[in-house]
Amino acid sequence: MSEIVHVDYTTKIPNNVDLANDRQVLKALEGWHPGYLDWWNDMGPEGFQESLVYLRTAISVDPKGWAKFDYVRMPEYRWGVLLAPRDEARKVNFGQHLGEDAWQEVPGEYRAMLRRLIVIQGDTEPASVEQQRHLGKTAPSLYDMRNLFQVNVEEGRHLWAMVYLLQKYFGRDGREEADDLLRRRSGDEDAPRMLGAFNEATPDWLSFFMFTFFTDRDGKMQLESLAQSGFDPLSRTCRFMLTEEAHHMFVGETGVGRTIQRTCEAMLAAGVDDPTDIAKVRALGVIDLPTIQKKMNLHYSLSLDLFGSEVSTNAANFYNCGLKGRFQETKIDDDHRLTTATYPVAKLVDGAIALVDEPALTALNMRLRDDYVNDCAKGVERWNKIIEKTGVNFRLELPHTVFHRHIGEFKNVHATPKGVLLGEADWARVRDDYLPSAEDGAFIESLMTPVSEPGQFAGWIAAPKVGIDNKPGDFEYVKIAA
Amino acid sequence: MAGETRKLAHGAERIDFQTQPARYRHWRLDVDGALATLTMDVDENGGLFEGYQLKLNSYDLGVDIELADAVQRLRFEHPQVKVVLLRSARNRVFCAGANIRMLAGASHAHKVNFCKFTNETRNGIEDSSANSGQHFICVINGTAAGGGYELALAADQIVLVDDGAAAVALPEVPLLAVLPGTGGLTRVIDKRKVRRDHADYFCTIEEGVRGRRAVQWRLVDEIAPASRIEAKVAARVAALADASTRRGEGEGVALTPLDRRFEADSVHYRHVTVEIARAERIATVTVSAPEAAPPADLAGLIAQGAEFWPLRAARELDDAILHLRSNEPETAIIVFRTQGDGAAVLACDALLEAHREHWLVNEIRQYWKRVLKRIDVTSRTLVAAIEPGSCFSGTLAELAFAADRAYMLIGERQGENRPPAALALSPLNFGAYPMSHGLTRLQSRFQAEPADLDAARARIGEALDAESAEALGLVTFALDDIDWDDEFRVFLEERGSFSPDALTGLEANLRFVGPETMESKIFARLTAWQNWIFQRPNAVGENGALRRYGTGERAEFDMHRV
Repeated sequence: MSEIVHVDYTTKIPNNVDLANDRQVLKALEGWHPGYLDWWNDMGPEGFQESLVYLRTAISVDPKGWAKFDYVRMPEYRWGVLLAPRDEARKVNFGQHLGEDAWQEVPGEYRAMLRRLIVIQGDTEPASVEQQRHLGKTAPSLYDMRNLFQVNVEEGRHLWAMVYLLQKYFGRDGREEADDLLRRRSGDEDAPRMLGAFNEATPDWLSFFMFTFFTDRDGKMQLESLAQSGFDPLSRTCRFMLTEEAHHMFVGETGVGRTIQRTCEAMLAAGVDDPTDIAKVRALGVIDLPTIQKKMNLHYSLSLDLFGSEVSTNAANFYNCGLKGRFQETKIDDDHRLTTATYPVAKLVDGAIALVDEPALTALNMRLRDDYVNDCAKGVERWNKIIEKTGVNFRLELPHTVFHRHIGEFKNVHATPKGVLLGEADWARVRDDYLPSAEDGAFIESLMTPVSEPGQFAGWIAAPKVGIDNKPGDFEYVKIAA
Repeated sequence: MAGETRKLAHGAERIDFQTQPARYRHWRLDVDGALATLTMDVDENGGLFEGYQLKLNSYDLGVDIELADAVQRLRFEHPQVKVVLLRSARNRVFCAGANIRMLAGASHAHKVNFCKFTNETRNGIEDSSANSGQHFICVINGTAAGGGYELALAADQIVLVDDGAAAVALPEVPLLAVLPGTGGLTRVIDKRKVRRDHADYFCTIEEGVRGRRAVQWRLVDEIAPASRIEAKVAARVAALADASTRRGEGEGVALTPLDRRFEADSVHYRHVTVEIARAERIATVTVSAPEAAPPADLAGLIAQGAEFWPLRAARELDDAILHLRSNEPETAIIVFRTQGDGAAVLACDALLEAHREHWLVNEIRQYWKRVLKRIDVTSRTLVAAIEPGSCFSGTLAELAFAADRAYMLIGERQGENRPPAALALSPLNFGAYPMSHGLTRLQSRFQAEPADLDAARARIGEALDAESAEALGLVTFALDDIDWDDEFRVFLEERGSFSPDALTGLEANLRFVGPETMESKIFARLTAWQNWIFQRPNAVGENGALRRYGTGERAEFDMHRV
């Protein structure tokens, strides 16, 4: 047992849940918080725990100023418990309880389902911190390093947010689940994280940017649908998490965008016209666009798997019970019950891909995934705009949803990014054309040399247009401890 | 969605209980010395009926037919195997239990038959362990829910991976409004001796129990992290192999495919014939005695292998009974007849008694025991017609003792030259074939006066005529040929006019006299309750839990307690 240290949680933990007077949660936190810090020290960013990082900390839920920026050592970060303000008039907005008052306590009959939803969401938050823990050492700039750590501490806070719900509303079982969230480890054979994409390695910075663009965007979609929940504390928690999640999307989109920008600029400067002349482009010390496309193919397809089976009983139950809604549920013009509606689902029918109408309730994963695909496509178009502006003749494209899948309708078939089905042998032959090969990985890794001079950037990535918190270009975002 | 309209998949005309490893779609059987591994890898598109997919290693009757076949072959074909591992080929999924869409769309009769067969298969696994020294270890690598955990419960030992996610669960009550009816409730408390309040909690939560609590509550024997589980399992395999009493010297006996011929109203095997009188709703099952003399000794018996009459006849009878149960639901009555030389049957019995210590002989005896148990729990009126030319002797006499009534004809039938019917007992009637509740059929018969059992035992080997058999209490009625035709016809007609449901209940209650065992409780208590619940609107009504499962809509219950 570690030494028992008295921590004044009410001052250490920014909160708007009246923690000071909540004996139940305070007691639970006393048990959990030391374990959380141990986890952060063991599994958080490696080698930079003593460094001073210019981080934003959420301190309130006031839309006009919810965060403040300052230098902080990450283990001393003030992970807060903050829920969006309560709306007394809020109703359950979908499912069989449509129109009833939103629940402030867990309905007994839905306890297991709600707990499962929260645990699955909670499990993803620390997982990405674990996946990204080695990246600080190869950061292409202090600016990027700071963004990485910002994402990391906020994922930590999101774990906090889920743990608060478990401890506040789910009794002893909730406390055990909260402990298990610290026990599982990304990629660990004995105690892996619950979802596949969160056990994959994040070996380099391009992977990190792709992950924050594609996989964190799945997180955004999940949070958006949980924000609709009839269980009000979950809704309020997720709504506030979404304000932070936007920054993670930003890190991913601009990270990939700056990589593309630098590649195109280097090609122009060297007079390389053909973007598919990989050897020539790589000789410039930048990542060729076809390889960026392959990285995209990988992370996009892994993230699609996170939406689960296209047709899902669980998703139907979650919706009908009022626990998890659709993306922007309240803006959709329909009956919000879906007991008679249908939704087209992509399926394999006699060896061909076809859209089949399924009961809308069971097709909710498919629907959320469609919303996700649309959201991704917009980001990819913005990347294409960057390429267009430089005059390089290349377009990035999202692969077909049948490509490289491990969950759902297409898990047992192989296909090209265009959606042409392939046999086992053909797939083995062309796999490396569509997904990063070991050689691609080795090349990217060779570029991952750290740059820690303020205002300097590694040669494979362009500088950002503006700084964080409007800081100047040579701002020292991380004061690296010796 | 009604079961009556459900079609067998892949153009099949009937449910076939015969299969072999080369044809398995859902299991892999690997044998390596004393260890066999049965790996479950259910083919999603290999369902027995159209209209559902077998996702997440869920099963239907077709999957269980393969399992039963594998368990049977392990006993006969692999005498050297002492330990069997039950495991899943799927990553982080052991088995999701019986397929819910299959159940939701199945007729009541199919559900009942499905549960009966799966129960018999799991009892068979326990029988292998208890009587053949073939012990089972179940390795649970992920979720084992409902029937998945019930399958594990049939094993001697359960090892669960400890990864913070893998769990054992019996979620039938909260999820489906039915029971864990494949022995689940009974085995949890009677076999694993889980405390009843813990069992109450366990059986009302969807997500099940994992990790340390699963061990503390006795739901599993051991947990181990994924990196160490194989070593733990290997240690258990070694210990169980050491403790096994199985001494399977020599080669196994290949269970060669049965020659069968299905006709419109009959099925023909070598020693068994089924004839169906559709208008009367009567199936006559005739078992023939061996035509040639039995082998002279053990070596001859081994050389005959699957052709040895007791083994061949048992396989044929087993298949015939399963066929009648599943494919001839309108049959009300099964009339057992026999024909041939009773002395030849007794000679086979003598071999089976003399060499009972040999593994193959033991397997044949154990198999006959299981076939007869299957007959005991068959929900049809069972009648033995003991007439001239018959051979209700020894093992075959058990058919008369299993029957709800046995009619025996006195003397010769006028105008025939066949000798009068005789019934004969062998030592095998006095212990080789206990029923599911632990008593032999003769012990059950003579509950009032145990001395009657001794009186019968004293007459072992004698050809007992009808009057003697009646006096000894071995048959229900002995009738002469003047009365026979009318009495027997009237009985059959009257029987056929009763409510099939009432008869099923009546027969199931009267057949099992005396005490209960875990096995008999599974059939008598758990299955009976399950079959009641399977008829109730809360489970199977339009808005019931089974029908609503998978739609996302909640079941609506009639909240009155009955």
